[in-house]
Amino acid sequence: MDILNALAVLFNFLVIPAMAYGSQLALGALGVTLVYGVLRFSNFAHGELMAFGTMTTILVMWMLQSVGITGGFLPTALIAMPVGILVAVLLALGTDRLVYKFYRKQKSPPVIFLIGSLAVMFFYNGLIRFVIGPEDQNVADGVRFIFTAGDFKRWSGLDEGIAFRTTQGISILVAILCVAALFWFLNKTKTGKSMRAYSDNENLALLSGVNPERVVVIAWVLAASLATIAGTMYGMDKTFKPFIYLQLLLPIFASAIVGGLGSPIGAVVGGFIIAFSEIAVTFAYKKVIGYLTPGDWVPDGLVQLLSTDYKFAVSFAILVVVLLVRPTGIFKGQTI
Amino acid sequence: MKKILAALAATTLMTSAAISAAHSPVKIGVILGFTGPIESLTPTMAASAELAMKEVTDSGKFLEGAEVMPVRADSTCIDSAAASAAAERLITAEGVTAIMGADCSGVTGAILQNVARANGIVMISPSATSPALSDAEDDGLFFRTAPSDARQGDVLADVLVEKGVKSAALTYTNNDYGKGLADSIQAAFEAKGGSITISAAHEDGKGDYSAEVGALAQAGGDVLIVAGYLDQGGKGIIQGALDAGAFETFVLPDGMVGDSLPAAIGAPLNGSYGTIAGSENEGAEMFQKLATDAGVKTDTYAAESYDAAALIMLAMQAAKSAKSADFKDKVMDVANAPGEKILPGELDKALEILASGGDIDYVGATAVEFIGNGESGGSFRQILVDGEKITTEKYR
Repeated sequence: MDILNALAVLFNFLVIPAMAYGSQLALGALGVTLVYGVLRFSNFAHGELMAFGTMTTILVMWMLQSVGITGGFLPTALIAMPVGILVAVLLALGTDRLVYKFYRKQKSPPVIFLIGSLAVMFFYNGLIRFVIGPEDQNVADGVRFIFTAGDFKRWSGLDEGIAFRTTQGISILVAILCVAALFWFLNKTKTGKSMRAYSDNENLALLSGVNPERVVVIAWVLAASLATIAGTMYGMDKTFKPFIYLQLLLPIFASAIVGGLGSPIGAVVGGFIIAFSEIAVTFAYKKVIGYLTPGDWVPDGLVQLLSTDYKFAVSFAILVVVLLVRPTGIFKGQTI
Repeated sequence: MKKILAALAATTLMTSAAISAAHSPVKIGVILGFTGPIESLTPTMAASAELAMKEVTDSGKFLEGAEVMPVRADSTCIDSAAASAAAERLITAEGVTAIMGADCSGVTGAILQNVARANGIVMISPSATSPALSDAEDDGLFFRTAPSDARQGDVLADVLVEKGVKSAALTYTNNDYGKGLADSIQAAFEAKGGSITISAAHEDGKGDYSAEVGALAQAGGDVLIVAGYLDQGGKGIIQGALDAGAFETFVLPDGMVGDSLPAAIGAPLNGSYGTIAGSENEGAEMFQKLATDAGVKTDTYAAESYDAAALIMLAMQAAKSAKSADFKDKVMDVANAPGEKILPGELDKALEILASGGDIDYVGATAVEFIGNGESGGSFRQILVDGEKITTEKYR
């Protein structure tokens, strides 16, 4: 019983939040890694692209809600998301046409692209604040919980409850679906294979008749779609505020780099590594140890490795260690 | 010719000096953050202070008929250098003889040390609540009509003990206000025999508080004290703790008390309680009426601003001088007993009593009672969230 209680504590406060957060990071990191694999630069505007897609989703959601259409027990944002994806894709393609295409023609080095993406980031940033403002917006509606801590306690008879929110469930499920669909696309379809070929060796791919502009367009479509999905999941699960998407950029890049920039499987694994370590390292294990050890062994302290103030430092530390020990990431990066 | 000119110049100078002595208005600086984080509050604060000044001017009994003229300046709330420069300008260029302000604790401390003490000017702040200002060197020049957060910690600890709380987890917003308040709550509660299981900071403006909630939940406690802001991290922490089933009752200090919190969280917040500065005296109602009649909207710290301005002018009247050096010792006298009790709108009466050498006890809009180091003892309203509304349990 005590072991079950300890497990319940871990699940409630560590595993479930980290799974949901990891899914959201993985979706974000996949977009970053795709752009890196095909266009060969770190897209700093990705966080803002997420915010933009989410913003459009919210606007459509408000429109749906005002005419009385809701998702029932599911969040209405899910119905609005396809429109959000479409607008975000158009924005990404428009940006590529206006900004990045010029530098591609010039055959500019990646650092020029990177600075260009910074400028794009500030532009998106302003655009979002202009349209929706800097305040908090509530994205989630529908049923809040799949089961609450109280439900779980009554059902299991344990002392510790586990709560599972609808948005956490949706985040995990959507991440699994998206990752499966993306891998199927990259590995099984002709277009996907041509993308991988282009990413692996540009010149060889060109010689075999791969159309580079088409590959670039597809990369942006995928990146913008994933960004909108990741942003909407995060906004539904937590809250939508333009500023937090800028802060998300660090853990997202950390995920992509830890997994290996350019490697989709790495992005997914990296997302979960970052999410779990952020929460696990700052977690206080007092209760868990209390359940697992006999009576009077319960420590006085909190058994917390790091105070939660240092949550973001964890992503930084992992990033630094990975760059020192294995610069290509866990899965050798730079190809898709 | 030269002699005549010189004589003429001398007479002109003398006459103008004589005229200005009789008719020059007494200038009082109003230094508040008209730009910056509390810019939504400062217009009503300034208007309330100016309301008191107008009341005094209109009575015609202030320092033998002198007029009081407010001069506004921007403290920015956060930029100490800009605030000090603004205060310096008020004193040297505008010639103010006292300052109603500043607002935020950081800039208030900076103006006090850099400008007010150097020039010997009295400051009465309506809203600086940092406990650090209690022990600041002030040469007897600094007063405040808002109670220190240390006092709130004390009051909150009393509430906890009364409610039978034995242990509590504590989280605070990571800034001077949050840290100061958290420390004072912890010290007061532990002194009264309670235990704080964890005191952890949280950052405002984050989307995700699951790690913070996890740590707080593991530490445990009967209640969770959230010394944060209601539209910021404080709300996120409460929502997260409720979602995870970690805590059921929350204790809300002043930064968390507002109608938007029960509106956002809903029924689960019922039963949570807290404290906010506030008093039940008739002065509050009278001030409300006075302000409404004058077309001034009342908001947080408006009443404190009125009282701060009124105290400056009453102390001047008691000392029969507008010079800070003369009236700084009179501030405590007019604020505290003994004497005739003075409510808002009765400044006319107060001026008359003081002019005839009598004694007053200024009660004002916030039941001002200065304790030892020139700050308001403060009265607090104990609130309870009931039926998704904030209700008043009692005053203490």
